[in-house]
Amino acid sequence: MIFRLLVAGCLVSLAAVPSYADARKNAKAQVEFGVNVAQKGLWREAIYRWERAVEIDPTYAAAFNNLAVAYEHEGQFEKARKAYEKATELDPNNAMLRQNYDLFKEINDRTNRSSVK
Amino acid sequence: MTARTAAALSSAALVLVVSGCTSFYEIPIETPIQPKMDVTPFQRVFIAGFIAGGSEDVDANLETVRLLRSQLRSKSPLRVIEADVLPLVDLAREQAAPESRAATDATTAPPLPPEAGSGSDAAQGTATGAPAGAPTTGANTNGAAPGDHVQGAAPGDRAPAAGGAKPAADPKNAVRIRDEKDLEPLEGIFANVDYWKKLGEEYQNPLIVTGTVLFTPHARSGFVQREQEYYDSFGRRRVVPVRTYMERKGFILRPKFIFIDGRTGTTIYSESFREEVLYSPQQSTPALSSYFELMDRLIPSFLSTLSTQKIKGSRILLK
Repeated sequence: MIFRLLVAGCLVSLAAVPSYADARKNAKAQVEFGVNVAQKGLWREAIYRWERAVEIDPTYAAAFNNLAVAYEHEGQFEKARKAYEKATELDPNNAMLRQNYDLFKEINDRTNRSSVK
Repeated sequence: MTARTAAALSSAALVLVVSGCTSFYEIPIETPIQPKMDVTPFQRVFIAGFIAGGSEDVDANLETVRLLRSQLRSKSPLRVIEADVLPLVDLAREQAAPESRAATDATTAPPLPPEAGSGSDAAQGTATGAPAGAPTTGANTNGAAPGDHVQGAAPGDRAPAAGGAKPAADPKNAVRIRDEKDLEPLEGIFANVDYWKKLGEEYQNPLIVTGTVLFTPHARSGFVQREQEYYDSFGRRRVVPVRTYMERKGFILRPKFIFIDGRTGTTIYSESFREEVLYSPQQSTPALSSYFELMDRLIPSFLSTLSTQKIKGSRILLK
């Protein structure tokens, strides 16, 4: 019985590896397409692609980073913050990602600074 | 052989790492900053004047009004009302001590807002409401005909004091405002709802921008770290940080912008800033240059109160 369970577990794991690889591959395709359209100024389309990418692969830090940049460009700061946080959580050692996040925070802080009714 | 294999493997790994790192794209972005205030109820903005003090070399009231108007003309959807600058210090003093004023100057007109007819924008139809005896220029400070939507006095123009108000500079009565303590007793004017409402009525209910501006000389001494270059014995250029004691002079700019609803006379928003600049003793910077240098720093924040501003920058997209 235990042997059978082990075999079943192994089979599930083996099946999961290619599906994860497929997910990353599909997500990467969406990310690349998003980068191309963003470079042409089509930010809404880029957002759609990167949202698809993070749906397909919720562990893809680059997709979250790009999504955050796009949200920032569209002035959707709360969404941008969440996406940056997710990206840094997934890839805490990525200097470029952190740089983006720091720049975003600087602008966000400036926006909220010294507001007194 | 083993060492060679290890070297090849490590360089391959390095190539992989580098290629992994190079899958990024720097992209310019424009981050829109939403205005801090909802200005949709207003079509016009009136930069009325400021209670200004500090350095005698700069008329901070006049300069601030001129600068903000010129900025808003190009960077805000609101139409800027071109009218004479209010001598707010005098008005505030009169309001702060009405009884003493009444005793000394019973015949002078009360500190009413200047006539709408004296401003170009208001000259479109509100000039009829001007009280008798009040000076009405019929043209704006630019010399344009009444009814023209003239946007602004040319740099260097000096607007004369308005309507029922006394001239801004009255050396006989002038008591210099040096610091925030001197400002405090005068700030009551901003809470005078009736005054601002009346002013609003004169100018067809605009958004009124007023406040205080302190532009004060400032000196600070202490150790300053700067970079010093030298050439070593091999002729190579070296730069080392050096700490030197310096007595530096400069200015502090402390403006407080108050936004008043011209329909009700109530303050709807206010914001304070502080900017400082210090120069080395060798530098001789005119006060007016310093004033503009400091205002330049906070103008984006001021504008972002009223209109959407876009901050240009760049970000990195990853693959």
